[in-house]
Amino acid sequence: MTQDLRYSALKKTPFHSRTSLASRTNKYYNWNGYTVPTEYSTTELEYTAARNGTSVMDLTPMGKYEITGDHAHQFVDYLVTRDLSKMKDNTVAYIIWCNEDGKVIDDGTIFKFSSTKFMLCCAVKIYNWLNDSAYGFDVTITDVTDTIAALAIQGPTSCSTLKKFGATDLEALKPFEMREYKIDGFDILISRTGFTGDLGYELWTDPKNAETTWDNIEIAGKELKLRPFGMYALEMTRIEAGFIQTNTDFMAAEDSLRPTRMRSPYEIGMGWLVHLNKNSYFVGKKALKKEKEENTTERCLVGLDIDGDKPAHGSVIYNSKKEDIGIVTAALWSPIMKKNIALASLKRPYGIKIKENIFAEIYHPEELEYRKIWARCKVVKRQFFNPERRNKVPADLYE
Amino acid sequence: MPKNTHDVIVVGAGHNGLTAASYMAKAGLDVVVLEKNDWIGGAAVSRELYPGWKYSNCSYVCSLLRPEIMRDLELYKYGLQIIPYEGSATMMKNGDYYTHYHDHDMTINSIRRHSHKDAEAYERYSRDVLRQCKIIKPLLKMTPPDLTSFKPKDLFGALEFAKHFAAKDELGGLGEKEIYDTIRFYTMSIRDYLEEYFESEITKAHLAGSAIIGTALGPCSPGSAYVLLHHYMGEVDGSVGSWGYARGGMGSITQAMMGCLKDHGGEVKQSSEVTNVITKNGKAIGVATQNGDEYYAKKIVSNLDVKRTFLKITEEKDLPDDFVRSVKNFKIRGSSGKLNIALDGLPDFPCIPEGDPGGGGDMHFTETIEEMEGAYDDWKRGEWSRNPYVDMCIPSKSDPTMAEPGKHYMSVFIQYVPFNLANGGWNEERKQEFGRHIVDCIAQFSPNFKDLINHYEVRTPLELENEVGLTEGNIFQGELTMDQLMFNRPVPGYAQYRTPLKNMYICSSSTHPGGGVMGAPGANAAREVLLDMNVPQKGNYY
Repeated sequence: MTQDLRYSALKKTPFHSRTSLASRTNKYYNWNGYTVPTEYSTTELEYTAARNGTSVMDLTPMGKYEITGDHAHQFVDYLVTRDLSKMKDNTVAYIIWCNEDGKVIDDGTIFKFSSTKFMLCCAVKIYNWLNDSAYGFDVTITDVTDTIAALAIQGPTSCSTLKKFGATDLEALKPFEMREYKIDGFDILISRTGFTGDLGYELWTDPKNAETTWDNIEIAGKELKLRPFGMYALEMTRIEAGFIQTNTDFMAAEDSLRPTRMRSPYEIGMGWLVHLNKNSYFVGKKALKKEKEENTTERCLVGLDIDGDKPAHGSVIYNSKKEDIGIVTAALWSPIMKKNIALASLKRPYGIKIKENIFAEIYHPEELEYRKIWARCKVVKRQFFNPERRNKVPADLYE
Repeated sequence: MPKNTHDVIVVGAGHNGLTAASYMAKAGLDVVVLEKNDWIGGAAVSRELYPGWKYSNCSYVCSLLRPEIMRDLELYKYGLQIIPYEGSATMMKNGDYYTHYHDHDMTINSIRRHSHKDAEAYERYSRDVLRQCKIIKPLLKMTPPDLTSFKPKDLFGALEFAKHFAAKDELGGLGEKEIYDTIRFYTMSIRDYLEEYFESEITKAHLAGSAIIGTALGPCSPGSAYVLLHHYMGEVDGSVGSWGYARGGMGSITQAMMGCLKDHGGEVKQSSEVTNVITKNGKAIGVATQNGDEYYAKKIVSNLDVKRTFLKITEEKDLPDDFVRSVKNFKIRGSSGKLNIALDGLPDFPCIPEGDPGGGGDMHFTETIEEMEGAYDDWKRGEWSRNPYVDMCIPSKSDPTMAEPGKHYMSVFIQYVPFNLANGGWNEERKQEFGRHIVDCIAQFSPNFKDLINHYEVRTPLELENEVGLTEGNIFQGELTMDQLMFNRPVPGYAQYRTPLKNMYICSSSTHPGGGVMGAPGANAAREVLLDMNVPQKGNYY
């Protein structure tokens, strides 16, 4: 009997038959309306795969939008704060985009196939925003979330795994480049991108090819310490890499109920992606220019190196006078660096001019009681983990 | 001023020597480390004895290395990464197996296959052992107080020490009953301890393994329960009792330490065996090496075990007689051997289903405590165990850097192997016979094992003594029994890393808190040296 999918709660990705087989713990969650594993066996070991071998993650639920048409390049450049006018074909760029008030809607990656064809990947649903913004441009926006199956293949042995899978000469691919392959009769796009801050790739293909691809990658990575990787482990790696997560480290402008929660790029450490001197206009440019000129930025998002070994989940951050100066948005004990790290949103000048004498109030749960820890923090670079192999060309091979 | 003058000389580039040296260099001192071998690392080394395969020649897994030390010395920055284990398994002659996993509930499910009662007793057992770990953890980084001294430092130290045993809530709600439990735990045999929880032989045998590794005690010997604690009190990222591999072998630990040391201006001299400590007016002022060099320093810190430090490189005339006698009586008995094997592929162990994470960590084939005690009986007679307890693992299953993809490195730790082999002692022929015996034992559980062997290195206690410098090949640099722990380690009255010879210190595993690749003795000793030199220190460890 076939199920009537019109009222199903959550969709399954094209990899579901494989991810559910690999799952020993049957722990799933809802990502963008899809059922995906939070954990396959043990988060620590999945995390280790991403830092030691190859981790494989089903990325399909990520929002994916194809932007085609004569004005595709102009439109994309108009949409985002970064100057993409010189973006080359077959490359990828990290981007953010804002609303008219210069408040960040989301971050994501943009893939350029040609000046008339782009793909945008991001966490939140923006089909509507894209269409509204496209007024006056000769472009077509297609939501391809369901029609492209995607995998993240990340970790020090990931290049070897994919080479064995059939991606010839992959080691020559530079970070933020992409290349089309034909493997087992299917088109597969491989980009050197990812969310773990390590050597890694993302793979994009037809959903019909999903199961075969998963199986063959598993075989290719058998001797290369490959392991499927769930959302919990991804969260660990992205904090170490200092990547921000929409609606975790900042509220998406379109989702914020309270206008004061909206953040400009300068408030979330994304000022480097705002090119106010770009020739053409972009959404939010006026507001951002004003913010910059009048120096009205209120907050900042920084990395903290915290004393002790208890993660500062949700901790309030104080100055030495015990005044509330901000909040931790993400925290963990970093297994690779053996450091207690966190991302925190602070009220300026804390985090920018004042980097010392900052404290986190940590509530560590101990069998139904909390131990209150007053831990000293140091403001550090948000990109805690940035190994040489991440950007190395040719990429490391294990042969 | 004579040439070759430094602030501190560290004798021996083992992990504790390098830890102490790094802390002192970080505090701004001019430190030189003298190492007898032409490589560094002591018993934490990775050496390529067969092309294409890296061996962790001596120590092979990591859990005890204090995370505070890794953080203070930024060992990550210098290349250290710990890969957690997936599980452990004991293979059974009837084709079945017993496993523990990284995940607690998976372990419970697995024990239940052997005994429903044991599966539930395991919850209580884990809680009790964890409680003991919580008590001991803060003690690891303390200098043991001298209980006979009335100095404020010792009085407060004694109170601090006692607090961790007697204090109530902040340490997990310990009360009178738990103090009794602690005393029992430190003095019982592992067999008696486990029998209070478990009924099935395989559960007891699997757990008892940790209580005999490296020691010259049997599972029925009083005091063996503490050895289990010693193997449980470590952690991998907060998971207490977990073990992991150092990526690239155990040498990565000492290489990273050397990286830190050099970055802070320290120096390591290889092929520089210290032959004697130079003294003047009853004070240590320098050392002389085999190649005729002399080094002078304000402080000398020995990473050698207590016997080698005081019976070999120090002259008896420079030391009090009762001290020398205590050192001579220090128990340091070799009981372990090792095989390092280069394999052409992954051996099949039919007892363990393919893909079971239980096969990802340590594997054993001792099914009962009686078998284990039998293995010990052989040792007492001066023979290697005919039916040994082995702790074998294949680090290359998790670590892509030990051998090429598809090739594997296997580490086999063997208990028991005597230092003084009966009937004439060790020679090349008997060493090889011992190696073949172990290969045969493993082959009983793996039909294709022998065919895959490219090369293997056999290590007896004699090699460990000659090459690494561990007296009698004892991996802990001294038995871990109550008479030689805490305030009594290495000998009563000298547990504070200072020695009767002024300006001479000891930072090896012969001191509190003892053996294992922990680094705590090194860090503790560095703290005492820095205190004596009035050098300010800071870090997460202190």
